[in-house]
Amino acid sequence: MYSDEHKEFLRKIKLRKYSVILVQILVLIIFLVIWELLSKYEIINTFLFSSPSKVFKTIIDLFNSNDLINHIGVTLYETIVSFFVASILGLLIASILWWNKFIYEVVDPYLTVLNSLPKVALGPLIIIWVGATTKSIIIMALLISTFISIINIYNGFISVDNNYLLLMKSMNSRKIQVFYKLIIPSNIGNIINAFKINISMSLIGVIMGELLVSKSGLGYLIMYGSQVFNINLTITSAFILGILSYLMYFLINKLYMFIEKKQN
Amino acid sequence: MKNSILTITDLKKIYHDKNGETLAIDGIDLDVQDKEFISIVGPSGCGKSTLLSILANLEKQSNGTIIKNDNLRIGYMLQSDSLFPWRTVLDNCLLGLEINKNLNDTNKERVIDLLKAYGLYEFKDKYPRNLSGGMRQRVALIRTLALDPDILLLDEPFSALDYQTRLSLADDVSNIIKKEKKTVIMVTHDLAEAISLSDKIVVLTKRPAKVKSIYTIDIDKNMSPTKKRRTEKFNSYYDKIWKEIDKNV
Repeated sequence: MYSDEHKEFLRKIKLRKYSVILVQILVLIIFLVIWELLSKYEIINTFLFSSPSKVFKTIIDLFNSNDLINHIGVTLYETIVSFFVASILGLLIASILWWNKFIYEVVDPYLTVLNSLPKVALGPLIIIWVGATTKSIIIMALLISTFISIINIYNGFISVDNNYLLLMKSMNSRKIQVFYKLIIPSNIGNIINAFKINISMSLIGVIMGELLVSKSGLGYLIMYGSQVFNINLTITSAFILGILSYLMYFLINKLYMFIEKKQN
Repeated sequence: MKNSILTITDLKKIYHDKNGETLAIDGIDLDVQDKEFISIVGPSGCGKSTLLSILANLEKQSNGTIIKNDNLRIGYMLQSDSLFPWRTVLDNCLLGLEINKNLNDTNKERVIDLLKAYGLYEFKDKYPRNLSGGMRQRVALIRTLALDPDILLLDEPFSALDYQTRLSLADDVSNIIKKEKKTVIMVTHDLAEAISLSDKIVVLTKRPAKVKSIYTIDIDKNMSPTKKRRTEKFNSYYDKIWKEIDKNV
């Protein structure tokens, strides 16, 4: 059994945790209430700034017309496809670069340029080459997420402790064995971390693509809302997008923690 | 009756980089007898570890020959234990067998026996981070022994540990090596360690390394290293060899 002092210590930690959550919720409520009141007494222009009740009503309307699920579904689908493709490509290309240092040295400057180039600048080109379809949205997202993914995973691969490499070499290990017995297992955390960044990057890319070309999805709703000056719709879509991205991040973070825990 | 298992003749090593070349080893001759414990000492940075990595096939010599039996199995142990944190103690010990596709029940049984013999069996399913530094180093030794090497190359095997642990681990290792009947070449900067463990001490000059002198240590082989440290002979060897190294610095 624990001592009373330890119990008190644990109680304080718990209390602290709950206080933080409580204040977090309070902040949200106060923000919504002030926003609602300001619009109700027409201190702010509801046409420009909407209001929580209108946002809520828009969500219900969208939901009833089946549009909401549809738009969320489209955005989610595009994000998940880009996420998986970018992650697999990132892992694969990083592995090739690790395997062959010569290729890495050749590719290195190109990779840096491609990674630092603001990909949205390529948007118009992609539309011309691929057409204004889901495909071009996914390509946009891939451009944004793949390069950073390659770079992050590759950097993890080459920062493996040199002593581990020496050890493998002294046991006459073949390169493929070094790869799957050392490089991959020692990089699980790093790879999942890269995936974590990837999910955010894919979402950014998808929304960017949707703003440019699409006929559905949350990015499209935001764009459409602003074009027809339906600010309720724009704010609502942005709000849902926020929740969506948080949920995705939350899921991959859970996976990360699960694997970290298993590893230790 | 001499029975050498490894003969090094006129070994040279040159390192190359953009700024030029560095002669690290300048003609070393050394004869290693079966079941012998040899320590290599010398001023720091003299090329001791280089010699060891060449013997371990981690680096290529620039010149000279190493004559050894083709079937001679070499085990190399680094200064850091380098246990993989994602593998259990047992799985770490089996790594070499896995890599050499030699993992069968007999070999696994042998590794488990080693763990049992050296007090690590109850930790076999634990992860390295649960073990103390001394225990981790013992696991690393068993990982090296798992491949049943004829000759063990130890590169400063104790230097990452605190003094207390070093002493007791030196006893353990000496014990293990005697029991398993291995030939050992150990590189160390700790002269006392070298004298208390070895049959022979090779003193190298400062870089570029040559063999300066070789001492045969004649202290009762049945004594543990810690006991040897308390003998008269130990002190006289220490003084003699210490002066030898000191002159080079």
